[in-house]
Parts: sequence; C-alpha cells; structure tokens
Amino acid sequence: MEIVLVGLNHRTAPVEVRERVSFTNEQARRAAEQLRERGILEETLVLSTCNRSEVYGVPPESSHECAPGLSSFLSEFHAVRMEVLGVSLYHHYDREAVRHLFRVAAGLDSMMLGEAEILGQVREAYRFAHEHGATGPVLNRLFQGALEVGKRVRTETELGARPMSVASAGVKLAERIFGKLSERSALVLGAGTISGQVVSQLRDRGIAHLYVMNRSRDRADELAKQYGGEVVGWGEWEKALQLPDVIVSSVAAEEPVLRRDIVERAMATRGNRAVFLMDLGLPRNIDASVAKLYNVYVYNMDDLSEIVQQNRNARQNEVPKAESIVDEHVAKYLSWQASVELVGLVDALRAKVKEERASFIRSRMESMKHLTEADRVHVEKLMDEMLEKLLLEPAERLRGEKELRRKIQNVEALRDLFLSNREKP
Amino acid sequence: MNLVFIISTVIAYGLSLGLYVLFLNTGKELTGRLGTLLLALGLVTHYFALLERSRGLHTVPYHDLYGSMSLFGWLLALTYLGLELYHRQRSVGAFVLPFILVFFLAAHLAPADRLPPPAAHGLVFVFHVTLSILAYAAFALSFVLSLIFLGEERLLRNRKLGDVVWRLPPLELLDQMSRSSVLVGLISIAIGTTLGFVSVDRLPGQNSFFDPKYLITLLVLALYVLYFRLARKTAWQGARACKLCIFNFAVVVLSFTVVNFYVSHSHRYF
Repeated sequence: MEIVLVGLNHRTAPVEVRERVSFTNEQARRAAEQLRERGILEETLVLSTCNRSEVYGVPPESSHECAPGLSSFLSEFHAVRMEVLGVSLYHHYDREAVRHLFRVAAGLDSMMLGEAEILGQVREAYRFAHEHGATGPVLNRLFQGALEVGKRVRTETELGARPMSVASAGVKLAERIFGKLSERSALVLGAGTISGQVVSQLRDRGIAHLYVMNRSRDRADELAKQYGGEVVGWGEWEKALQLPDVIVSSVAAEEPVLRRDIVERAMATRGNRAVFLMDLGLPRNIDASVAKLYNVYVYNMDDLSEIVQQNRNARQNEVPKAESIVDEHVAKYLSWQASVELVGLVDALRAKVKEERASFIRSRMESMKHLTEADRVHVEKLMDEMLEKLLLEPAERLRGEKELRRKIQNVEALRDLFLSNREKP
Repeated sequence: MNLVFIISTVIAYGLSLGLYVLFLNTGKELTGRLGTLLLALGLVTHYFALLERSRGLHTVPYHDLYGSMSLFGWLLALTYLGLELYHRQRSVGAFVLPFILVFFLAAHLAPADRLPPPAAHGLVFVFHVTLSILAYAAFALSFVLSLIFLGEERLLRNRKLGDVVWRLPPLELLDQMSRSSVLVGLISIAIGTTLGFVSVDRLPGQNSFFDPKYLITLLVLALYVLYFRLARKTAWQGARACKLCIFNFAVVVLSFTVVNFYVSHSHRYF
C-alpha cells in the first residue's frame, strides 16, 4: 500500500520544461496503461495542470525502488532528455506524497496561494483516472481525502473565502488598465475549464459584452449560452479582435494562436485602443513579441506570479489554519491506511493461530489418552474461544479506535514480528 | 494672525499628505477620507493665509511672485479636490500634495517683493489673472497625472507590479482625470485670455496688442487642444498622449518663467 509521487511544478521547472511535460487526457490514459503494463505502477493518476505535471501511483513493490523507473518513463514518454528533466523532478513517498497532494488540493502549493481552480483540476483528474480504471482502492481513498481537504480549507479558512485564482488575478489586472469592466467587452479563446472560470469572473465583474471563440463550435455555443455571450467563428480574427478590450486565450495548440501580424493588423483597425491579453495556455498561445506592440499588455502564466506574490502576503496569515487541516487529514489517511493494513495483519495472525492451534492440540492430545472424545471436543472448543477472545478484541479495537491506529506507526514491523515472509498477506 | 493660518495650513496639508501616503500603502478607506478632509481644511486656512497676506501688503495675491505661487498652490489644491470628488479617486493625492505644500511654503516663507501695482485693474483683470493661474494649476495637475500614467504603464508593461500599483488609479481613469484637468485648464485659459484682451482694451492710452506672451499662450492653447483631441480616440491615446501632455507642460513652465521674466513687457508671474 505504498504511494509514490514523481512530478514537477512551477517552482522546480520553467514554463519551457512544463509545457513539454504536460499531459492531455489521452496522454494521461496512455501513460497509466503503459505504467501498468510495464509493472511500474499498479494504480496510477496523472495530475496535469498549467503549473504542474505529477504522477501518483501505487507500486507493486517498494515506492523508493520504483521512483527511478517512473522518472525514466516520464523522460521517455515526453521525449525529454533526463539531463533536462532530472533537475526539475521531485519525488515523494508515502506520508510525504499524501501530504503533498493534500497541500496541492488545498491550494497551498499553487503559484497563487489558495487558488480555487486546482481543486477542480484535482477532481477532474481523479474522475478521469477513475473512469478509465487507472485507480484502485489506495488512490481512490487518497484522492477522496484530497478533495475533502480542499473543500474544508475553502470553507473553513480565509484562504478560500477570497478566491484569487489565476483567472480572477488576470481579471483584476484588466481592471488596473481599464477600471470598471462594466462598459468593456471581452473575447475568450477556448471553451475549456479555465476559460469557463475566466468568463465567470468577467461576468461577476459586470463585463458588458462577451465573445467566445473555440475550435469546437458546440462547446463555444455552450459556454456562450451559459454566460450570455456571443460566438465568433474560429479564425475570424479581423472581426473578433476589433472590439474586445480583454482577450483571454486558453487553447491547446502547439503553435501560438495569436501571432504578431494578426494582433498588429487588429491594433491598426482598433486605432491602437488598449487591449489586455491574458495567455493562460500551455504551450503559450500568444507570440511573445506581441507584448512589444503599442497599447498591448500581455500576461502569461509566469507573469501572473507577480500577482501571486501580492496576494500571497495577504493570505499568508491563513496558512497555519490550512496546514493544520492538511495535517489532520494526513493523519486520518494514514490511520485508514494503518487500519487496512492492521486488519489484514490480524486476519493473517488469526489464520496462523488457527493453524498452530490444530497442530498444537494434535501433539498435546497424544499424551492425554484418558480423555473421552467429548472431552477432547470440549477442550478444543475452550481453546478456540480463548484464542478468538485474544485476537478478536484487539481487532475490534483497531477498527474502532483511531488513536490506537495512530499510535501503531509501523505495521511492517508488527508483521515481521509475528509472521514469516511466506505468511504475510 | 497670518502666522496662525500659515501654520494651520502647513499642518493640514502635511497631515493630509501623510494620510494620502498611508492610504496609498494600506488602502484603508478611512485614512483616505481623513486625507481629503484635511486637504479641504487646508484649502480654507490657505485661503485665509492668502487673504491675510494681501491685506498686510495692501495688494492682490498675484501682485508678486510669491503671492502668485501661493495662489497657484491654492488653485492646484482646489482643482485636485474637485477632480478627486468628481472621479472618486484618492490615490493621486500622495503625488499632488507635495507640490501644493512646496508652493505654499516657498510663497509664505519668502519676503514679499515691493513692486509697483500693475497698470490694469478691476474685476475683469482679476478674473483674467485668476483664470490664467487656474489654467496653469490644471495643466500642472494633468502633468502629474501623466507622469503617474507613464510610471504605472511602464510597470504594467514590464510586469513589475509592486504593492503601490494596486492602489493607483487604473490607467483609463488616470487618462480621464488628466483629460478632465486639461479641459478645466483649456476653458480657464480661453476665458482668461479673452478677459486679458478685454483688460488691455480698457486700459487708457495706446496699448500694444502684441506681446510674446500672447503667442506662447496661443501655442499652449493649441497644444492642449491637440492633446485633448489625440488623447481621446486616436492611435495616440495612452502613453503617447501623456508624453505630449508632459511636453505641453514644459511649454507652460517656459511661459510661466522665461517668457514672463525676460520677454513679456506686460506680464509678471502668471
């Protein structure tokens, strides 16, 4: 029941590396399959967001032993040399892996402290992996715990009370340029989760007009309908870029969607009216040289870290509260893990005792020939009762007493003490 | 008595500046409101300080350089307060108050010039001078606003947002405030200049209608009209228009200093 985590995030890897190691849903599914086929992991869950790519897994053997294999797999899967990837990867095992995930779900490990989107992304990653059968009892329990942590942190601390996601930070930045957005218009490129969040933020700030552009017309229609926007056909740049003051791009594309020449032409048509471009895509959707154009303000994921720092200080006071919720749930998870392992141990112990009892009675009864058959049955019954009592009571207590489970830190040691390797469950 | 008003004004403006700076750093609404209140109080005591100074010298405030500077400071404070209330934006106070304070202190700590009274007088002349100084104050305010705009715009473009940037007005609002200020200046200078010609016309004897000051005033008028036009809906809106505004104010300073002191034969300090 060991857990291993190998991954990278905004702190360990620059955007150029992160965008190469990001997973689409399809890639996540394929990676999980290959990891199982190669015997590296029994359960797998890939969490890939703009700021992190992490693989959580349950290895067949020791978690420490499987980590190098998992790193090599990532290098091979994304065709990124190990010299480049190795320096960016981090490895966590068992308790630390659990703690890491819970902190991620709580928003404590995000670029923007306490950001709300990550919980949705964890939920989505879990749903996807679960649907495709990549998870098992261990990761199911782990991710259910993570979702619970995220929810509690958001409701019980100020860290979640003032949502400052990447989307809302970008919208606030737009307000630095335009002031109130109630007389402004926005164009959203892409109709994925993050686009939906941005649209929601824009609507909350009272944006006057909303345009949605997406490769898939159906999804664009859906988003536009949900938030009262208007759909613009994909690629109709002249029409689309003429009006909006805010442009948000979150499209899955290998090449920049908004090239300099496109924006340049649009600015000429707009009479150089200021425009704020929020690039939330990975790889980046907006050509970097667009930022040099007059009255064009471009912010990508990394740029938004400036805002993260601003808010981080204000939210820092809430961190201890959130951390204590994380600690509580880590202990809860470990307690569950210990209980599962302990119950398994007690069951194995009972089986062993039963077996020992049979051979013990056989050998001892040899010298007690004077006992009748009824007496022998009676003795056996008494012995069974005593052994059941001896083992049943601790087993029940283990199931019922969390504190007891917490105190038993090393189930493996108990197993080694009472059972030989052959008998381990 | 005058000293009481001077000290009260310095305290009011000084505290107002401190509160505006605090507001800029913390964003606490109460400090901003108190800053505005003290600015208004400073305006009242400044008015009485000006009045007492004029009474003491038996002349109008704009009679000498220091009086003109004090009046300029007072009109700057008045224009700013008007803009602050109209646009409901206090963050600029921390940048404007130092100018007001410096003009006030320099004017009231220096000894008054003993000069002969100007040839022109009367209500029309008073309005001509007051409106001209009001125009300069409004242009000075738009200059400060343009500087803030350029600073904030640079920080935004370079993606280096400190704490202060979040407290400053949005770029669009700075632009609007600057345009409002220029509009006040344009109206004032247009009326003030017209009244100036009326004053000259009313003067007894042969008076020359040509003075280099007229040319530079018309140039200032034209430049600010150009700014007002460009800053609204053209390819120049934004930083370029702000740079033009800063250039325009340099011409105003030229008019206020070099032209008044050395070239004009009918203007002193306005």
